[in-house]
Amino acid sequence: MLTTQLLYGLTSCLITALGLRTALLHPSLLHRVIGINVLGAGVFMILITIAYRGPDVPPDPVPHALVLTGIVVAVSATALALALARRLTAEQSND
Amino acid sequence: MNATSLLVFDGLLLISIVSLAWAALASPDARRSVILFMAFGLVLAVAWGRLLAPNVALAEAAIGAGLSGALLLVAVGEQSKHTPHDGAVPVGKRNALRVRATLQWFITLLCAALAATLAWALLHALDSATNERLAQAVSENLAASGVSNPVTAILLNFRAHDTLLELAVLLTAALGILAIGTARPDYQRAGPVFDGLARWLVPVLILTAGYLLWVGAHAPGGAFQAGATLAAAAVVLRLAGKRIIGLPQAGTLRVILAAGAGMFLVVGLTLLLLGRPFLGYPPAWAGSLILLIESAAMLAIAATLVVAFLGGRSPAAASNDENNRC
Repeated sequence: MLTTQLLYGLTSCLITALGLRTALLHPSLLHRVIGINVLGAGVFMILITIAYRGPDVPPDPVPHALVLTGIVVAVSATALALALARRLTAEQSND
Repeated sequence: MNATSLLVFDGLLLISIVSLAWAALASPDARRSVILFMAFGLVLAVAWGRLLAPNVALAEAAIGAGLSGALLLVAVGEQSKHTPHDGAVPVGKRNALRVRATLQWFITLLCAALAATLAWALLHALDSATNERLAQAVSENLAASGVSNPVTAILLNFRAHDTLLELAVLLTAALGILAIGTARPDYQRAGPVFDGLARWLVPVLILTAGYLLWVGAHAPGGAFQAGATLAAAAVVLRLAGKRIIGLPQAGTLRVILAAGAGMFLVVGLTLLLLGRPFLGYPPAWAGSLILLIESAAMLAIAATLVVAFLGGRSPAAASNDENNRC
């Protein structure tokens, strides 16, 4: 195992937990959406860390493809969540 | 660069990643949170570059930092109009989402336990070398995939089923947004400086999108990065107050939204009719088929992101539909 992997791996676990905590606990919907995005970034970092195999070895491309897919799915989920939040605000101000 | 200076660089990078994430999540001001989150995305892109993942770095910079940030900023702007006091969520809602203090501590503890478990699992995974076989299979079959960028080969050939389903997810999100939202009102016409910038920037962005799509076959790039760049061009046009932002009429727009998954299905089913497995490209045709699918996917991704930025159907298109139904 490389020191780089260790450092990035531990950081990724930390931001995953930070994001999850905000997504579960924050009173504001917008912060929750950002929290889910930070949680996602942590998971992406775990995958990229696993793919990394040292500065002179080509990394494993399979986790990279997974993360690319993940980034696009994350932004579409964020967009849908924000659309739902917007409709919710509109419905509540109508009441 | 020697090992020590690289270690210092890693340390600084990781400290800024953690502190930006913390600051974005802890800031009570929604607008500040979003801007810190965008900075977090950009620093992450640097980290992906450091970990030799340039394909991911490009996508993170364009999508994670750029378009997610734009979507969140528009949402904040709208919310602060509704609730001028603190810009967050209406008060009734805020109470509904508030969690009791003891429960808060319990959940925080569980999150810490999750971090520890993840770290433990990760350390074990990094010690074992079983994940080498997949990377080997990719490099052995790369020559037959039609492209030489291994990430594109996985996304569009080896695991094309996954990408097809991903485009279906995007389509679902776009349909959801079209169903529940109406388009936000247009922006005011921008001043001469921004207008001049947009005149320069939009053609460059469109050209960059085309380049990223083409270069994805053999270097970092591909349909996702290209689609995001194309969507960025439309966002710039919209911010400049232009009414026409490259989106076609409602009917054509729906076709484009479905084009990504649609082109995948057309190619897959045609191959089935020709007696090959679903999405099992003949090696001689693989490069052209991948380019064909990627072009359609780029348009679909760009259209989805622009629809998300607009917030839904434009009122004119919606009333047209009503008239057609009557």
